[in-house]
Amino acid sequence: MSAPEFVYTVYIAAPVERVWNALVDGDLTRQYWGHENRSDWKPGSRWEHVRVGPGGEVDVAGRVIEIDPPHRLVTSWFSPADEGDAGRTSRVTYEVTAVGEEARLVVTHSDLNEPNMRAGVSKGWPLVLSSLKSFLETGKGLAALDMRVKELG
Amino acid sequence: MEKVFRALADPSRRMLLDRLFNAGGQTLGALAADMPMSRQAVAKHLAILEAANLVSVHWQGREKLHYLNPVPIGEIVSRWVGKFEDARVESLTGFKAGIEKERRNVGT
Repeated sequence: MSAPEFVYTVYIAAPVERVWNALVDGDLTRQYWGHENRSDWKPGSRWEHVRVGPGGEVDVAGRVIEIDPPHRLVTSWFSPADEGDAGRTSRVTYEVTAVGEEARLVVTHSDLNEPNMRAGVSKGWPLVLSSLKSFLETGKGLAALDMRVKELG
Repeated sequence: MEKVFRALADPSRRMLLDRLFNAGGQTLGALAADMPMSRQAVAKHLAILEAANLVSVHWQGREKLHYLNPVPIGEIVSRWVGKFEDARVESLTGFKAGIEKERRNVGT
């Protein structure tokens, strides 16, 4: 397996289970990610990253490759237009671990060969993770993220 | 946040972050090869950056790879810039939504 393109780490003052739920519960992801993560989260199942708003565009989709609640989730990741194109399918791994009173979330993005997705992802993840931290610690996500999601449309 | 500011206060550490921004996933050896200091000094700087969570690490077999982790910098920005930006961003997006709605109404 080749080395990942990006590895992001965020420490959040919340229990591991809350961080986990904030990744897989669509009602929660809507509140800080501007997208609903939709899946039954069974190995092999499809997952979709659905933009909040009237259009309900699927901006990213993939499969659940591996899931071990509340610690580890591995998914494939592609633009719906690139479905079935292995060269344009990347892989995202989420790992949630308790560190003292906090939870550490590490997001690893690998096999990112598609340049547009690569550029978008490098700007997107830090914002999403800051927004997640803010949401779980203060109840509010970041306005800057809403702005970015609106730019997609 | 104290740790982040301390880590960023050193020009060599900022240079290491620049190197990782340009190419993520480097080993200590690769980073030390083109830094004007000893391997030990680079290792020490990397440890400080890692403790401040400005560098994420990933083990690839026996290799320890280093990545720029800008998340704590985003937290600083949202603390002081975000608050001011919120109102502006919200008024702008409200403005954009209003115009788009008008356009749609005109179009139909």
